[in-house]
Parts: sequence; structure tokens; C-alpha cells
Amino acid sequence: MRFIFKTSYAQDLRLFRDDFQRNWYLLLLVGLLALPSVVPDYLIDISLVFIYGLCGLSLMVLAGYTGLVSLGHAAFLGIGAYAHVFLYQDLGLPWLLAMVLAAAITAGVGIVVGLPALRMTGIYLTIATLAFALIIQEVLTHWEFVTNGLKGKAVNKPDIFGLTIDSDLGFYFLCLIFLAGGLWLTRNLLRMPTGRAWVAIRDSEIAAQSMGVNLALYKTMAFAYSAALMGIAGALFAHQIRFLAPDIFTVLLSIQFLLMVVVGGLGSLHGAIFGAIFVAMLPVMISEARDAVPLWFGAAFSLFGKDAGDAVFLAVDRFVKQPGLEPGIFGLILVLFILFEPLGIYGRWMKIKTYFSLFPLYKRATFKRQKSYMKSERLR
Amino acid sequence: MTFFKADGLAINFGGIKAVDGVSFEVEPGQVFTIIGPNGAGKTTIFNLVSRIYEPTEGKLIFRDEDITRVPPHEIAARGIARTFQNIELFEHATVLQNLLLGRHAHKKSNVIEELLFLPRVRKMELEHREAAEKVIDFLDLQPYRDSLIVNLPYGVRKVVEMARALCTEPKLLLLDEPSSGLNVEETQDMAFWIKDICNLLGITVLMVEHDMSLVSAVSDRVLALNYGRPLAMGTAREVQEHPDVIKAYLGE
Repeated sequence: MRFIFKTSYAQDLRLFRDDFQRNWYLLLLVGLLALPSVVPDYLIDISLVFIYGLCGLSLMVLAGYTGLVSLGHAAFLGIGAYAHVFLYQDLGLPWLLAMVLAAAITAGVGIVVGLPALRMTGIYLTIATLAFALIIQEVLTHWEFVTNGLKGKAVNKPDIFGLTIDSDLGFYFLCLIFLAGGLWLTRNLLRMPTGRAWVAIRDSEIAAQSMGVNLALYKTMAFAYSAALMGIAGALFAHQIRFLAPDIFTVLLSIQFLLMVVVGGLGSLHGAIFGAIFVAMLPVMISEARDAVPLWFGAAFSLFGKDAGDAVFLAVDRFVKQPGLEPGIFGLILVLFILFEPLGIYGRWMKIKTYFSLFPLYKRATFKRQKSYMKSERLR
Repeated sequence: MTFFKADGLAINFGGIKAVDGVSFEVEPGQVFTIIGPNGAGKTTIFNLVSRIYEPTEGKLIFRDEDITRVPPHEIAARGIARTFQNIELFEHATVLQNLLLGRHAHKKSNVIEELLFLPRVRKMELEHREAAEKVIDFLDLQPYRDSLIVNLPYGVRKVVEMARALCTEPKLLLLDEPSSGLNVEETQDMAFWIKDICNLLGITVLMVEHDMSLVSAVSDRVLALNYGRPLAMGTAREVQEHPDVIKAYLGE
């Protein structure tokens, strides 16, 4: 076990805890730079993980740090994507400017959505954001001048100051840069008074207010910042999928984002990234399981004879190919994590790390806490 | 100069008059205590002073300024800090982060600076840290600096909450039952700290308290309430011996 010997206050303000930790992150960066030469065929999929990372970051600020759970983040993603594509392609603005404006527009919408958040708390706010997401989906479908409606909209390659990014490799690095930038900015904000005010609002509104935190201002700011990040993610997302249609930005996508932050671990930036990796891999895992699970069952039941095996195989196969199964699986994972690992993958990671650093003195009670996901709504 | 004055303070919740025409004045440097049976309206008065509730009637004057309509988040910057009866700390943050939030009223940075972590913000952060460290030294919280609140025992949390209030550099400190849930020894520590806060830091203390030994030990003036109305005011001894107060606590 290592103890960090602190000799100045400035040490607590550093981006990384110590040189040791910094070196690990440098190693990770080197790994990410080398990754394209290892898996050149999957770069566009890994770019999606980076974009999801930005989405996770966005919802983590709102849900994990400020305690405002939103089910409308797919709508912000959609607004960012459509705004960017409209500005970039239809109005012919420079790529970067289009992106900044898209982020600003999304932040503006975020502020408007955030306004009721000043009066609503907990589940009521979540339902309000859900309603907002449904409205935005209708708007995206019917505002054909901007969105081209259900016919959809093809997205050109990004062209940054005359440099066209037409390879998967270029796009991979573009997304990586934006994710790293987003992480850096968010981390800065979170170790500053603004970030502390957000955490304070999450843990006790009344105390935050009495310490001088303007609840309305900071909640609105959290919404705006979260939405702006989502807007940037949306712009990248548009280029990643190359074709925009309103039915991409459904409530199911919002649930996936929520899944990301809960599964990753509420209240940690690591969690947002872990969650993004998990959610990006989930469809792959589900489709693999769709093929594998019926075979397993078939093999297991063929012990009772070939007919039984075939019958079970067909029954299970029909069940797993039901179209509505995925939302169910997402919901199930969400519930299981809240019940059994409220700290998410990041919490599990911390436990494993602590286990090894304390070995053989680790006790299970080290992480025993009250299982609370949102603070009870007292004194409001 | 009027330091702090409540003038005919009243609030109704529906038909219930929780506080009904309470007036008192706190002199600077005093420890002023409000006592009363459960439901007498003591904490309601605190919530009125920290502007969480809107008074139905009456006025609050702090340092010659009418603060009756000041929004609640501006109260801390005016120089009034408070603690809560059922500890309201930020549980998933460390003690240090809690104390640094107490510095929020002194925040001068804007979001852009913070996003980019400019040198100016770093300097201000270090100043906040130094102020928080002074409070940590004052209340002997060094061993807990980096612990999460959820991992701390109740007695320490009580002290951390007081520390957080002190970090705002208040002129008037509102302590809502500082000794509730503490053992005898911790209550004695609390009495010393309240005296130190008053004498060494020069902060005026307005407190709600049930423990009469603590009240007698530290209070300069005591106000007894019952059913939202004032019963008696004076020194701890005078109030304790007042027949109405005895009647309110013990019955006829």
C-alpha cells in the first residue's frame, strides 16, 4: 500500500494525484495511439465508444454530480447532430464553427429544459425530460426544412480548415481529441467551486443554499454544460453514423445513456468512460448471445433425446429473436446494478484495487454503505 | 447600530401559527440561545432567519439592513452561516470539500476561468484552502481532512458542520442544537468551542439548544418560546426560574 505524502496545498490541485498515476494515463494514451495499428478494421466502432464517452460525461455531470436524472439526453444528441449538419452542410459554415454553434444551440435548449428543473426534483424531473425527448423527436420528424424528416439526411465528411477527414483513422483521432478535451474541461470544472456547488446540490440542496449556492443558477448551468457536451457529441455522432434520421434519437437511446452512468458508476468520470465502453459493447454481446444461447439450451436438452433438444432450441430461438427484448435487457441490467453494485463498474474497480493494495487485510465491510441512489427528498 | 434584530416575526403554515410575534435583539459578541419544548418554533425561526421560509409578518434586520426579502443564497455573503439540526452535510464528499464549499460565498471566479483552470483560479483556490485549513486547525479536524462524510461518526459530523459554517467567515453563526446526539464529553467540547468562537473569533452566536447545562455554560441571553410565542427573556438563570417556563416544561 502506498501513502501519498503531501507537502503543499497545491498538490491537491493537480490534475493527477501523483506522478505514478500520471504515468498510467500516459501509458493509456500511448495505447490508444497505437490501437489503430492493432485493430485497423474496428476504428469506426471505437470512435463510437469515444463519442459515447462524451455522452456519458455529459449525463454524468447532470445525474452523477448534480443529481438531476435526465431521460432526455438522446434529444440533446439529436439537436446537436441536426444543428451541426444543418449549419455545416445547408448553410455551409466552417466545420468547427458549425460544431461550436451546435453546442451553443443545444446548451440553449438545455437551459430552457433546465428551467422547470428549478421547481421539480427527483422522478418528476426525469419524467419532464422524458416528455421533452418525445416532443423533440416529433419536431425532428416534422421540421423537414432542417431535418428532411423521415427521409433522413446524408452527412458529409468533416472538412476542418480544408483538411478533409475521410479515413476512419482520421475520425478516430478526431473523436479521441474531443473526448480528451471534454474530460479535461469537465475535470477542471469539477475540482473548482462550480463542481463543488453541483455536488452540494446533489447531496443537500438546503445546505448548499445556506452556504451561498444559487440553486437556480447552478442547476441551469449544469443543464447547459451537460447539453453543450451532448451537442458536441451529437455533431461527431452525425459523422460517425453518416445518415441522420429522427428514429435514431429515441427514448431507448436515452435509457442507454442512463445505463451508461449507472453501470459505470454515478459520481465519477471514470464511470462515464467505463459505462460508455460497456454500452457500446452491449449490442455486440446481445447479438452474440442471440446466436449462442439457443444452441446452449438445445445442447443441454438434447441429453433428453434429439427431439427435446430441437424443440427447446426452436422455442428459445424464437424467444430471443423477439424484437422488444433489448429494452428489457437494458432495464434488467440497470436494476441489477442499482441493487447489487450501486457504485457501478468504477466501484467494482476500486474494490479490486483496494483488495490488492491491502492484501491480505481487505475486509468486505470496507465499502459497506447505505445503498442510496438519490437522497431522500426531505426538507424541500 | 442594530446588529441583529427580529421584529414581530410570524409565520403561518395553513392555520398553524408556528411562530407568532417573536421579537428579539442580539448584541454583537453575545451568545444568544433560544429554548423551548418540542414544536415551539425554534428551528422555524432559524429557517426564517436563513430565509428558507417566507415570514408572514415581521422584519429581520442584520447590521442595519433589512434582510426580510433577501434571497436565501445571498444570506451567507451577508455574514450569516448556519448548521442544521439533522446534519445536512454533503455526504459523498470529503471533509475538505465540504469546508471548501463553505467558501462558496467568497467565490470570485467565473466559469470560463474554471473550465480552463487559469492561474488566477488556482491562486484563489489556494486562498480558499488556507482559510479552510485555519478552521480545520481551530476545530482539530486534521485526522478527518480527506475522509468521506459517510464514513464519519455522528459526533465528528456535528463538528464538521460547524466547521463548514465557520468557513463562510460569518459575523452571525446560527447553531441548531449543536449538542443533540453528542455524549457528555463531546457536549463539553462543544461548549468550549462555542465560547472560543465567540471570544477568539469574535463571532456572534445565535443557537437553539435543549441541553440546559450547555445553555447555562455559554449563553449571555436566553429566549424561551412555547407554541411560537415568547415566554421569557433574560439570563439563563432568570429564564430557567421563570414560572411560565417551568409551567411550559413541567405543566401545572
